[in-house]
Amino acid sequence: MELKEKMLSSFMVLEQELDLSAPVHEIRSKSLKTFEEKGFPNSKLEAWKYTSLAKLLKNDYSIFPKKETTIELKDVKKYFLYEIDSYKVVFIDGIYSPFLSDTTHDGIDVCLLSAALTKPKYKSVIEKYFNQVADQEESLTALNTSFAKEGAYIYIPKSMVAEKPIQIIHFSTGEQGDFMLQPRSLVVAEENAQVQIIERHQSLAEHAVWTNAVTEIFADKNALVDYYKIQNDRHDASLVDNTYIAQKESSNVKVHTFSFGGKLTRNNLNFYQKGERIDSTMKGITIIEEQQHVDHYTLVNHEQPNCESHQDYKGIYADKAVGVFNGKIYVDQIAQKTNAFQQNNNILLDNKATINTKPQLEIFADDVKCSHGCTIGQLDEDALFYLRSRGIPKKEAKGLLTYAFANNVLESVAIPALKTRINKLIAMKLGVEIGHDL
Amino acid sequence: MLTVKELHASVEEKEILKGINLQVNPGEVHAIMGPNGSGKSTLSTVIAGHEDYEVEKGSIFFDGEDLAELDAEERAHKGIFLSFQYPVEIPGVTVTNFIKTAINASRKAQGLDDMPANEMLKKIREKAALLEIDSKFLSRSLNEGFSGGEKKRNEIFQLAMLEPKLAILDETDSGLDIDALKIVANGVNKLKSKDNAVVVITHYQRLLDYIVPDFVHVLYNGRIVKSGTKELAHELEAKGYDWIKQELA
Repeated sequence: MELKEKMLSSFMVLEQELDLSAPVHEIRSKSLKTFEEKGFPNSKLEAWKYTSLAKLLKNDYSIFPKKETTIELKDVKKYFLYEIDSYKVVFIDGIYSPFLSDTTHDGIDVCLLSAALTKPKYKSVIEKYFNQVADQEESLTALNTSFAKEGAYIYIPKSMVAEKPIQIIHFSTGEQGDFMLQPRSLVVAEENAQVQIIERHQSLAEHAVWTNAVTEIFADKNALVDYYKIQNDRHDASLVDNTYIAQKESSNVKVHTFSFGGKLTRNNLNFYQKGERIDSTMKGITIIEEQQHVDHYTLVNHEQPNCESHQDYKGIYADKAVGVFNGKIYVDQIAQKTNAFQQNNNILLDNKATINTKPQLEIFADDVKCSHGCTIGQLDEDALFYLRSRGIPKKEAKGLLTYAFANNVLESVAIPALKTRINKLIAMKLGVEIGHDL
Repeated sequence: MLTVKELHASVEEKEILKGINLQVNPGEVHAIMGPNGSGKSTLSTVIAGHEDYEVEKGSIFFDGEDLAELDAEERAHKGIFLSFQYPVEIPGVTVTNFIKTAINASRKAQGLDDMPANEMLKKIREKAALLEIDSKFLSRSLNEGFSGGEKKRNEIFQLAMLEPKLAILDETDSGLDIDALKIVANGVNKLKSKDNAVVVITHYQRLLDYIVPDFVHVLYNGRIVKSGTKELAHELEAKGYDWIKQELA
């Protein structure tokens, strides 16, 4: 059976355990129809020109976990940012793990979407926000919505600050065989609220896993949302991440994406600016090798005047790795005084590595500042000579320069422990020993 | 120590050095002066072993060993140091970590273990004091956002840490105000000994008031056209390079 057919028939199985009278179910059914009409995106679509899902569609995935699995904290501790105190929302094969999690309802809600979708006390928030910014016409997003059942639910009320970062981790154990996951998260930061979130998808054993994730983020007036995505998965794990962000007046949302591994990773990152003086930042470091594939597909929708957006993506590609960057900036005709900045710099370490990079600017206002730049290059020979003339061998010198190239994206990482962790990951990936400060 | 014989070198098939002869012995300070484009920086770059520069003819011997087959890092391990005119910025790598990496790379090449951390720290403090560098500077990313003067001072700090046999200072005076120039020159002078040598490459005589050369060479159009003692530098300062050009014509 083809995967699409399998998804459609699986939906009927899903319906048996859901409350069909809930308003959310109507959204699910409608989304399934969209998916049924459109199917999985193929490379004839402009947006999927450089990333083919064909390889992923061949596997015979389980759609629901066959059994509940447990994992020991000691086996997975390294995937957590354990150096600091944090809230944790952890899932194992799509099922919530109370044992590994640390949730709260104290002033803020850090809990489960399954609870939020079913319990009356969350009803008003769900009605107001659920599936409101996600692109309802996009087929993979629609697929996720139709199967949306579990994920993180984070609600920060007006003027509240999440005192510690929130870690959302999805583990895939391999106990289910080849497996498809549809995690769905909702993050709402009301007026003046602040929150920091770290998200990770991690496969723990050899098996094909395809995660098709959707996250919706709402930042109300003056809200501050700082979101970090760590993508450092196994060679047989794939991820399509669809993140949709709606921002209101004077809010500030930053998304950092660290793509260091996985079979195929596609990041659809969409910002919608729905007020004035909004700041949107998206930064990324991609370091991949062998036949790994990472695609960053970003959209900033400047719908209102006096807003800013900053994009800075660095990519380092070794062996036969393939990178894609497509950055679309749309500036509506009323969005005067927009300041949109986009930068994509790439280093190809081997002749067979590939990067496809495409800025896509659609500007309908006349008083705006939009700049974009992309570079594709090898390492600077003079810089290499400088390091070698200090006695540092060529291989290490190359590593050090590559490290330096990636490093300046880390400046804006606001959680010091995370910054250190990413810093070490980069050094490790590039085989650089930078030692510790004296 | 350094013997350059009939050296011809080109970059991108353009011949820049057209037969250089130079002998530098331990304990000596040589100055190489000359107008812009005469080949001064090329000479230093070729000695340090940049791969883009092709040695067409002639040879460079260092302590009796032909450098032709040695990479830049191997030359550094033998004790050749080049202070760059335009040092490179390395974000995310602190001055301290960079110098540690460099020192331990040289030690590794010599079959030695890493320098113990306390010894390294002591040495860093000592050399930083010599060049009046404060500790905040040492934890900044290498050359990132440094002023011209800070970059040059950092180059000399690396020189002090690496303790090479031969130090080549390429336009170290450019971008330095007079106070910084004095500190840098004072640092170089304190590092001088009967066992090491310094080659100062400069356009102006100014630096030579502080680092006094035993020999002065004038490089013009890829050749050393005149050699003398420190008085030659004063003469050049007074008469300008046109004087040399006319003399040659």
